[in-house]
Amino acid sequence: MSTTVNSSNERAQDGADQGPLWEVFIQSKPGLAFKHAGSVHAYDKEMAIENARDVYTRRNEGTNLWLVPSNEIVAVSASENASFFEPASDKIYRHPTFYNLPEGVKQM
Amino acid sequence: METGKRNYYLEIADNAHILSHRLAENCSRGPFLEEDLACTNVALDLIGLAESVYNEIAKQLEGNISGDDVAYRRDEIDYRNCLLTEQPNDDFAHLMTRQFFMDTYHYYIFTELSVSSDTFLSALANKSLKEVTYHLKRSSEWMIRFGNGTKESSERAQAAINRLWRYTDELFTSDESYSDLIGTGVYPDQDKLKKSWMQKVDEVFFLAQLRKPENKGFQLHGGKSGRHSEHMGYILSEMQFLPNKYPDATW
Repeated sequence: MSTTVNSSNERAQDGADQGPLWEVFIQSKPGLAFKHAGSVHAYDKEMAIENARDVYTRRNEGTNLWLVPSNEIVAVSASENASFFEPASDKIYRHPTFYNLPEGVKQM
Repeated sequence: METGKRNYYLEIADNAHILSHRLAENCSRGPFLEEDLACTNVALDLIGLAESVYNEIAKQLEGNISGDDVAYRRDEIDYRNCLLTEQPNDDFAHLMTRQFFMDTYHYYIFTELSVSSDTFLSALANKSLKEVTYHLKRSSEWMIRFGNGTKESSERAQAAINRLWRYTDELFTSDESYSDLIGTGVYPDQDKLKKSWMQKVDEVFFLAQLRKPENKGFQLHGGKSGRHSEHMGYILSEMQFLPNKYPDATW
């Protein structure tokens, strides 16, 4: 039987030492928007790109990848969620649904 | 199929097959999930490479035999992989150092074989080059990371180099049976191959602040001619268990 990588296994189990988290964005075809696919652990940029390639694009999912350190992403905190987004829900006049479109206008 | 050509095909296939087996043994035992997947991906690339060569050997040999027969129904002395590929897994630095040496070798041998006069080998080389280029990028970055990482990572990488260096010269030796291939454009120039390999290793070691062992003249040979280390029997008994127990199993 083979010997194993015991010392690093033990470290992996407590969740430490896997490197920081990176968010993975995949572009499925040239020209299309990058879509968030998930995250990977890695110690540096090169490793992040390679890990993302091995975890997320083994089956032709993409033609390009963006990797962003997770802690660099600015997001709305859950406690502020209501004040940020709910005021928009009762202002239906912000949607352009009250206009009569002239006949002949296409692609709206 | 001439003996020299068959043996050379077997050497290419067995190197990939046995190394793939060693990597597969590490599946689920990687230091963390992403690395575990990456190593297993490399193992899959290598078994794919080996499979296409085994199938080609079966096709060119007379008699009704399959690629699986060639891959699994041989005795230890008929396997022609280098001793380096069969060395057992130890810590992660050891696994990756073995991989780095083999990736560098694969990169240059397939670069040479891509212009081989043997049409199968040149097609195989052109197809495999993309995969091994990526393998080499990954393993050389790991070497540089080990060397410039912590004191422990650098010491472990250096210890692995010191232990594995003795198996590197064999990569560039020729089995006696290859003599007919030399000068035919099938077989790459081994000295040129060794020079390219050494240059790449020197470059990565320089960036990683690692070094070759002091007793680098001490080298072991034999795998290419079927004289293996004590580890090979264990690999084969595990690998051949299924075809031995259920000879014509299909699924």
